[in-house]
Amino acid sequence: MPYIEIDGKQIEVAPGATVMDAAHQAGIVIPHFCYHKKLSIAANCRMCLVEVEKAPKPLPACATPVTDGMKVQTHSPKAVAAQAGVMEFLLINHPLDCPICDQGGECQLQDVAVGYGGSTSRYSEAKRVVKDKELGPLISTDMTRCIHCSRCIRFGQEIAGLMELGMSGRGEHVEVMPFLETQVSHELSGNVIELCPVGALTSKPFRYKARSWELSRRKSVSPHDGLGANVQVHVKGDRVLRVVPQDNEAINECWIADRDRFSYEALSAEQRLTQPMLKKDGQWQAASWQDALEQVAARLGEIRAKRGAAEIGALASPHQTVEELYLFTKLMRGIGTENIDHRLAQADAAVGAGARWLGMAVADIDKLDRILLVGSSIRHEQPLIAQRLRQAVKRGAQLDVLHAVGDDLLCKVNARLIAKPGAWLNNLAQIARAMQDAGADLGVVAAEIANVSVSDAARSIGASLMSGERKAVLLGALAQNHPAASALHVLAQAIATASGASFGFLSPAANSVGAQLVGALPGPNGVGARGMLSAPKAAYFLLGVEPSLDAYSSAEAAAAMRDADFVVALSAFKTAALDTADVLLPIAPFTETAGSFVNMEGRLQRFHAAVKPLGEARPAWKVLRVLGNLLSLGGFDYDSVEAVRADALGGEATGDFASALDNAAPEASLGALNIADGLERLGETPIYQLDPLTRYSRTLQATPDAAEPVAWLGSELLTRLGLAEGDQIRLRQDAQAAVMTVRRDDRLAVDAVRVAAAHPLTAVLGARLGPISVEKV
Amino acid sequence: MSLNTPDTQVCLWTLQHPEPASLATYMANGGYEALKKILAERTPAETIIAEVKTSALRGRGGAGFPTGLKWSFMPRSFPGDKYVVCNTDEGEPGTFKDRDILRFNPHQLIEGMIIAGYTLGAVAGYNYIHGEIFAEYESWEGALEEARAAGFLGKNILGSGWNFELHAHHGYGAYICGEETALLESIEGKKGQPRFKPPFPASYGLYGKPTTINNTETLASIPWIMRHGGQAFLELGKPNNGGSKIFSISGHVNKPGNYEIPLGTPFADLLEMAGGVRTGHQLKAVIPGGSSAPVLPAEVMMACTLDFDSIAKAGSMLGSGAVIVMDDSVCMVKALERLAYFYFEESCGQCTPCREGTGWMYRIVRRIEHGKGRPEDLDELLRIGKNIGGNTICALGEAAVGPVVSFVKHFRKEFEYHIEHQKCMVGN
Repeated sequence: MPYIEIDGKQIEVAPGATVMDAAHQAGIVIPHFCYHKKLSIAANCRMCLVEVEKAPKPLPACATPVTDGMKVQTHSPKAVAAQAGVMEFLLINHPLDCPICDQGGECQLQDVAVGYGGSTSRYSEAKRVVKDKELGPLISTDMTRCIHCSRCIRFGQEIAGLMELGMSGRGEHVEVMPFLETQVSHELSGNVIELCPVGALTSKPFRYKARSWELSRRKSVSPHDGLGANVQVHVKGDRVLRVVPQDNEAINECWIADRDRFSYEALSAEQRLTQPMLKKDGQWQAASWQDALEQVAARLGEIRAKRGAAEIGALASPHQTVEELYLFTKLMRGIGTENIDHRLAQADAAVGAGARWLGMAVADIDKLDRILLVGSSIRHEQPLIAQRLRQAVKRGAQLDVLHAVGDDLLCKVNARLIAKPGAWLNNLAQIARAMQDAGADLGVVAAEIANVSVSDAARSIGASLMSGERKAVLLGALAQNHPAASALHVLAQAIATASGASFGFLSPAANSVGAQLVGALPGPNGVGARGMLSAPKAAYFLLGVEPSLDAYSSAEAAAAMRDADFVVALSAFKTAALDTADVLLPIAPFTETAGSFVNMEGRLQRFHAAVKPLGEARPAWKVLRVLGNLLSLGGFDYDSVEAVRADALGGEATGDFASALDNAAPEASLGALNIADGLERLGETPIYQLDPLTRYSRTLQATPDAAEPVAWLGSELLTRLGLAEGDQIRLRQDAQAAVMTVRRDDRLAVDAVRVAAAHPLTAVLGARLGPISVEKV
Repeated sequence: MSLNTPDTQVCLWTLQHPEPASLATYMANGGYEALKKILAERTPAETIIAEVKTSALRGRGGAGFPTGLKWSFMPRSFPGDKYVVCNTDEGEPGTFKDRDILRFNPHQLIEGMIIAGYTLGAVAGYNYIHGEIFAEYESWEGALEEARAAGFLGKNILGSGWNFELHAHHGYGAYICGEETALLESIEGKKGQPRFKPPFPASYGLYGKPTTINNTETLASIPWIMRHGGQAFLELGKPNNGGSKIFSISGHVNKPGNYEIPLGTPFADLLEMAGGVRTGHQLKAVIPGGSSAPVLPAEVMMACTLDFDSIAKAGSMLGSGAVIVMDDSVCMVKALERLAYFYFEESCGQCTPCREGTGWMYRIVRRIEHGKGRPEDLDELLRIGKNIGGNTICALGEAAVGPVVSFVKHFRKEFEYHIEHQKCMVGN
């Protein structure tokens, strides 16, 4: 371990540490711009020049490795002169337009200039002007302010895995720009806004909305995917003006996905529901909370009395808080129904012994050597987990994939099995069989897979899993939504056990694990989400749900809602998907209520309201509390969200759920491993259709990832059906049909038709992963 | 021993023959003998390196780093691919010697690279050829074909069981790609920008593999050294400055061109060979080693001998041996404006001091030249230069500063006259 003396402090540093690392360790600040702890060393800004004994010139602290006995001075006259010289150069062509710059007040250039720069400029020549670039709806540019630190470029290359920005030109004329006037469209692109140390790249929706010092910063948790990225909600008055990352190495590091960052726009969208609504004679009418709640209590009581509690279906979004889901479940069980579920998009209602989770710590994903990813459009389902996988692959991990489409994961993929969803079980069995051939004990599935013939790709994946040290088999949202989810679970777990891999689920929603922990699941006599929509109930109680978008089969959900006697929806939005409801109760989204989520690794994360609820909206836990009391159910006298949480999680409210997490497979047989003929739909949730907040964020909806869905078919299938790209086709699932434009994607599996689910334009269709037929219009 | 004849010529001796570039000419005069001997005798790499060290061959690209020492840095036992790279990205204004080696003695360079590859344990070599000399790139490719056909390249060279391949890589004319790590980036297909060091190319070079990079003239000198011995090469020049060197003399002389003469030759002799300063004019100043070398006034230069140590002692650099001669008709402000523009234009823009500072210096010099100078400008130029020099990723920062500081230092009165009278003190 080398010793270094830095500004007179003697410290021991790790081998390979740089002078910058040593300074951090010693608590010494060295000014810098291009250096960033998560990015490669560029050493181009030269701001961190320090004096090193025996070195003839000042050396950049970020790029200089510590050698034993090195003596460094960060504030000696020589170091200070070098830093002041660089600072002067950085400012001569900078516009110094701080008064109109959104970065003002939180600008690294501004801060360092105050500490290391002169108070006047000696530069009297003409300044450089750089044309701004159009980077799409998320990022605003003022390229004249750019100091060419290349952080945004390295972010694309190293973190996003897609180089969307580059530096063209030479000398004073270098410019950061996208390729050939293309936009920046990566799902993590918004992170360049924080990375940019100046005001060259700023948030477009936030532009000119407020000065940074006017904002109150409230810590919160992103309500979207199962990662639970930590965020800061920035508020002025009663309005959320932006969301930025909150560092948490264990979860999101210093990044957030674009939907974490920009979904806040939905909080003030025109679709916000701000007062209770009752439907009278087919028309929505504003109502008082009193009237609306009384009506809900009366109608539910009436249906329970006349039709029985089993005629009530209760669906809740896994994006709601622990406390809300707990009271929702308690209320429904109090009424007497066991038809409770939060797994809206899942076809298979089997319930495990405990809450299904990742099976490992999120932070350990980067350290994996082998990963088998089953049924996950990972970049859209889990943008930041995809980033961690990318880092693992960069360190040498082998990533293997079973999916219906060979999407670009922006990292090297060791082997892919690309098959239509109905063939996934067979393909997984092939992997298991390949491992069996290599001598692995496949336990309970050993006999059932014995007759499967193994493809080369499956053999390659099997071999990959049989080597390496730290491994994981992960089931994505598509595998969880799959009609044969239980069998996939059994098989994937057998593969994990046989290879010594950890096994887990990529929880699709912010509170998927929390929802299971509080028991928002069907009881022994109840049916799950799909069951209560395919065999409709008389009444539905919805919490944060848009049935026709969230359900496994949109068509079934829409029909069930239409035909029900009574539908009450607790929702933050009034949308077309809720038009068939009878009562709408406005509830507060995550920024307007206190609560907690349990993320995919089983971590409880609490948050407080950042602003007051909009209009008449109220936190859902309070609404559910009142309903419990109106229905004269005991045990609803909570006076704080903490009290609800204590009841919801029992002794585990401290956040240790180890005993409640359990990925054990249900006792299911694999069933037939043969592959049925026919076309099948690959119906994924688009990245910006995950939940109402993403759906109603104007900015997210303007991105290329939110483009109107089309039907994607492979060339071979197009030829077989006599179709050409751009044709209009009719897609049929059962009795439903939709006319769509066809596009070609040769990465699709044979007989797979990719048509997005969870979208209003495909909401007439049925099963997300079911049979589909295609005909030319 | 007469100067600039085969007596003193290491690289350009083929010019005495009717077809200087041909394989036949080269082989008829001892070409490839050194390689044959090395391969036949399996000469140990240590022996070759020791010979090069004895020769006191110093890098001909500009820095003058001892070649034998550089070769000894190569981790020859490193498992996996290693490379040898030849830097023919001759972009320094005033320099035109490597082009003539490609034109008139391509096989000596090829033989030198093969011997280097053998010595350094490389699997392949690349010759990065400057963007503006396309004909030479093509002719060198032709020479490579000849060498390949003669069995000097490829698999099992001359039955030795040793494999080595050589490739030409055509640059696109960026000055910065002559910086060795920018050159490596460029070969790799990336934007030509210098890497920060450490790691040095000997440990992390082309494609991340150990790599030795030498100048064209340096590598072309190797066969001569192996054939005649390191001691003979050393004795051609003077201690610590072995061998002859090609001097590209340009500017206000009657016979500009390349002159290959022993290191240590008095500058006055070279000037005489080049026909002296234009008739009717006096020598005013000389840039002795390419445009980045500090300028020296006539009287200082006339007292120098042409070797690394003498020129360094006089406050400049022998550099690439590009001697730019200026007579008394030259306006030093105008001359500096041109030089400052070159470095402003050629800065890669990667690191701050060079990207921002070269433009600032150029704009000040341009103002002075155009009669808009201010009294404080000269000290400001020196101050800016000080903030660039030593603070950049590569040596281009210093290269850009060298002319500015030396012109202002040696010819300050001319600059002051410009500022005060808004016109030139030279000529009209």
